[in-house]
Amino acid sequence: MSAPVIPGRQVEQARSRQPTRRNVELALLVLVWLVGSLALLLVSMGAADEVVPETWTVIGITGALLLGIHLAVRWLAPYADPLMLPTAAALNLLGIAMIARLDIAEALRAAANDTDAPGSDALDQALWLAVGAIAAALVLLVVRDHRALRRYTYIWGLTGVVLLLLPMVPGLGVTINGANLWIQVGPFTFQPAELAKVVLTIFFASYLVQTREQLALVRHKVLGLGVPRGRDLGPILVVWAVAMLTMAAQTDLGTAVMIFGLFVGMLYVATGRRSWIVLGVLLMVVGGLLAYTLFSHVQVRVKVWLDPFAYANDEGYQIVQSLYGFAFGGVMGAGWGRGYPQLVPFAENDFIFSAIGEELGLVGAFAVVVLFAILIQRALRTAQASRDAFGALLVTGYAIILGLQVFVVFGGVTKLIPHTGLTTPFMSAGGSSLLANWIILALLLRVSDHVRRPDPVIVRPDDATTEVVGRP
Amino acid sequence: MTRSLNRLALGLVVLMVALLVQLTRVQVLQADELNAQPGNQRTLLTEYSRERGPILVARAPIAESVETDGSLRYLRRYPAGEEFVSATGFYSVVFGATGLERTENAILSGDDPRLFVDRMQQLFAGREVKGGTVTTTLDANAQLAGWQGLRGKKGSVVAIEPATGRILAQVQSPSFDPNRMSSHDSKAVNDYYAELDADPDKPMLNRPIAKTNPPGSTFKVVTAAAALESGRFTPDSVIPGPATYQLPGTDVELPNWTGTECGPNGEVTLAEALAISCNTAFAWLGNELGDDALRDQAEAFGFEEAFETPQRVATSRFPEDPDASQTAQAAIGQFDVRATTLQMAMVAAAVGNRGVTMRPGIVDQTSAPDLTPLETFNPEEFAEAMTPEHAAELTGMMVGVVSSGTGSSARIPGVPVAGKTGTAQTSEDRPSIAWFIAFAPAQNPEVAVAVAVEDAGTNEVSGNQLAGPIARAVMEAVLAG
Repeated sequence: MSAPVIPGRQVEQARSRQPTRRNVELALLVLVWLVGSLALLLVSMGAADEVVPETWTVIGITGALLLGIHLAVRWLAPYADPLMLPTAAALNLLGIAMIARLDIAEALRAAANDTDAPGSDALDQALWLAVGAIAAALVLLVVRDHRALRRYTYIWGLTGVVLLLLPMVPGLGVTINGANLWIQVGPFTFQPAELAKVVLTIFFASYLVQTREQLALVRHKVLGLGVPRGRDLGPILVVWAVAMLTMAAQTDLGTAVMIFGLFVGMLYVATGRRSWIVLGVLLMVVGGLLAYTLFSHVQVRVKVWLDPFAYANDEGYQIVQSLYGFAFGGVMGAGWGRGYPQLVPFAENDFIFSAIGEELGLVGAFAVVVLFAILIQRALRTAQASRDAFGALLVTGYAIILGLQVFVVFGGVTKLIPHTGLTTPFMSAGGSSLLANWIILALLLRVSDHVRRPDPVIVRPDDATTEVVGRP
Repeated sequence: MTRSLNRLALGLVVLMVALLVQLTRVQVLQADELNAQPGNQRTLLTEYSRERGPILVARAPIAESVETDGSLRYLRRYPAGEEFVSATGFYSVVFGATGLERTENAILSGDDPRLFVDRMQQLFAGREVKGGTVTTTLDANAQLAGWQGLRGKKGSVVAIEPATGRILAQVQSPSFDPNRMSSHDSKAVNDYYAELDADPDKPMLNRPIAKTNPPGSTFKVVTAAAALESGRFTPDSVIPGPATYQLPGTDVELPNWTGTECGPNGEVTLAEALAISCNTAFAWLGNELGDDALRDQAEAFGFEEAFETPQRVATSRFPEDPDASQTAQAAIGQFDVRATTLQMAMVAAAVGNRGVTMRPGIVDQTSAPDLTPLETFNPEEFAEAMTPEHAAELTGMMVGVVSSGTGSSARIPGVPVAGKTGTAQTSEDRPSIAWFIAFAPAQNPEVAVAVAVEDAGTNEVSGNQLAGPIARAVMEAVLAG
C-alpha cells in the first residue's frame, strides 16, 4: 500500500487513485440514521402508542450531528477507515433509542404514581452525542498527526493516574449507586476513569514504543517461555499497583481490570513475549483474591454470580431481572416497547444490553456484539497496516479497551462472569462515557487516515527507508 | 508485532464467542426455565397486558377484562359476582387461575396455537393482541333458578341437556366473589383467601363437580336400571318389601324410612318400590343382582370415570368388593357409594335419553377475537347404559315417583316429570344430604337435573321438601326458555 517516493505530478495521480471511501461512509451513515430513526419511532409507538415529541427532536439532532462529523472527517481525515464511524454511530443511535424507550417507561410510571415526569434522558444523550462529536472533530483538527502525541508521554501518564484517583479527593468525589466513580463540579458529575483510559492508552503506547526492545529481552526460559529480567518487572508492577489503588478508591473491579488488562495486552503486542501474559494473569489472580478478601462488595458480587436466584430480592435482584429480561426476549425479542426492560434497575446504564436482549432478542444482542466486533476488527486491521509502532500500539490499545469493556459488561449482565460496574461504550446513558469513546473513535480515525493515506511527496529519506524495511 | 497482534485478535474473538454462547444459553436454552421462575413478573405482566377474552353465557359475559390505569393493565371482572363461580373460577395474581379461567387459558389469553395467525395479523395491523372467547353451554335462566334455589343453603345444582350432555346449570353454594379473588391488590386477595379458607362451609369448594356425596335413594334408579337390564325384572315384578331387611351375615336390621311394610304382605312391585323409595325391596334387589351387576350399571352411567368438561370432575365411586351386607346398602346409595352432583344429573339424563349416557361438557364454542369459531361442542356418546325399552320403562317408573310417590314437589303443571328423591346419611352423627334428580318432559326431555342440599334433616321427605322445589325451578326455567 505504501507508495514509492516519486516526483510531484505522479504523486498527485497516485493520490487520486487511492479511494477515500468517504461516500461509502456517507451511505452507511444515512442507513444508520434511517434505521436509528425508525427504531426511535417504533419505540415511541410500541411503548407509548404515539410519537412522543422528543422523538423528532432527537432524530433531527442525530441527523445533523452525523452529517457534521462526516463532513469533519471528509475534511480532516479523508482517508480514514469508512466503517468505524458508521459502526460507532449505529451503536450510539441504538443506545439512544433504548434510552428513549426507558424514558417512556419512566414517564408512564410517573403518571401512574401521579408524580412529575422525569426529563428526557434520550434528549440528554443526544446532546452528549453532540459534545462527543464536537470533541471528536476537535481532536481530528488539533491532532493532525497522532505521532505528535508522543511528545508528552509522561504528561499523559500522570494525567491518567490523576484522573483515575480523582474521585478519592475529598469534596470532589461523589458516590453514586454505591460506586465511587464520580466527581462533581458544580451541577455536573463526571466519571474521570472514562477519560483516564483514553490518555493512559496514549501513555502506554508511547512508553512501550520506547522500551519494548528492552522489555522483550529474556535471560532464560522456563517451560518454553522466556522470563523477563527482574529489573524489567517495574512497569507492570507499577500499573498493577495503580489498578489496585483504583479498585480500592472506587470500590469496584471494573476499571481496574480494564486498565491492567489494557497494559498487559499492549505489553504483549509490543514485545511479542507470552510470558507477559502469564505474568499479567498471575498478577490479576493475586489482585482478584486480594480484592475478594479485602472488599465485602466483591464477595457479594461473586456470591450473587454463583447463585443469583438465592438473592433474587436483594443483592441479586438486578442480575436476576436482567436474566429474566434476556429470557423473555428469547430469539426474536419482545419488540421495541413491548418488553419490560424498566424492571432492571439502571437499565439505561450498566444494563442497557439486557434491555436490547429483551426487546430485540438474541438476534438484536448478536447484532450489537457483532457491531463491536466490527469496530475492534477495524482497529486491529489499522494496527496491522500501521507503519509506525506508536500508531499501531495506540489503536491496539483502544481495540483492547473496547473488547475488554464489552466482555466485562456483557459477560456481567448475562452472568457469564461476576458483574462489575462499567459502561457499555457508545450505548450507555452518560456523558463521560460518550465523550471518552468519541475521542477514542477520533483517534482511531486519525491513525487509520494516516495508514491509508498515500505517502506525502517529501519525506525524510531515512524515515522512508525504515518504513519499507519494516513492512512485513 | 504482526504475530502478537493476530494472537491478540484471536483472544478477543474468543471473548466475543464466549458472549455469544452465553447469550444463546440464556435466551434460548434456559429461556423457558427462566420464564417459568416463580416471581418472574414479566410473565405476569404480559398475561395482564393483553385483553383477556370473555367467558360468555349466550352473549352475555360472565367474565370479562376491563382496562385499568395500573401497571397490570387489564382487570378481570365477573358481572354476576358469585353466581357462576363453579364454572368460571377466578383469575388471580396471587393464586393463579381456576375453573374455565384455567382450563381455557390458552384461548382466553390468546396463546393457543390456533390463534397464532390471528395474533400475527393483529400485530401487523398494529392492533392490540386480544384473547379469544369462550362461550359456555350454560343457560342463564337455569343457572339463576339454581342459584336462587340454593340461596342460604349449602349444596349444588347441575342441569344437563340429556340428548347432548351440555351442562345447562352448575351452581355451588355457598360461593364467593371472584372479583375479590381477581383483584390486583395482592394483600386484599391474600386476606380474602384466608377468610374463605377459614370458613367452615368451604365456599371455595366446587361442590357440583369436585365434591362426592353418598347419593342415597337416588341411586335406586341405578339399581332399578340394573334390575331391568338383567332381564329378570319388569316394573311390574313383585318383590319382597318388608318393614325391615336383615343385612346378610349380620344381625343389623335395615328399616324402611316409614318404618312400615312397603306393600300388602310385605310385597311390592318394582315400580311401586321406586315410587315410595322402599329400602328393603332395593336392598334385597341389590343382593339378587349382585355387586358386579350394580357396578357395571353404575359405570355405564359414568361412575369410576374421571370426566373433564373440561373442568376436572371428581370420580364417582361404587365400592370395589362389597360383601352381601355392604351390597345391600350400596344398592340404596349408602355404604361407600359416592357421586358428584354432576354424576347424578348424568344418571337422570341417560335414562331420559333412551338409555344413552352422553359425555358432559360446558364449553359450547371457542372463538378467535374476531369471533371466528375455533371449536364447537360436539355431542359424544359415553356409553349405552340401558336399552331404549328398559329406559322407557324406568322413565315410567320415575314419572310415578313424581306423580304419585315421594317426589311430589317437582310436579310441573302440564308437563310429565320423571324424578327420584334421596336422603343420604354421611355418618350417624352428621346431618344428611337431601337429593333430587329429575328430567322433563319425561318422554322427550329437554333438561335433566340433580340437586344436592347438605345439612338436611334425616327424614326421607327432606329430598322432596328441600331439593325437589329447586329441581322443579331449574327445569321450569329451561322449559320456559
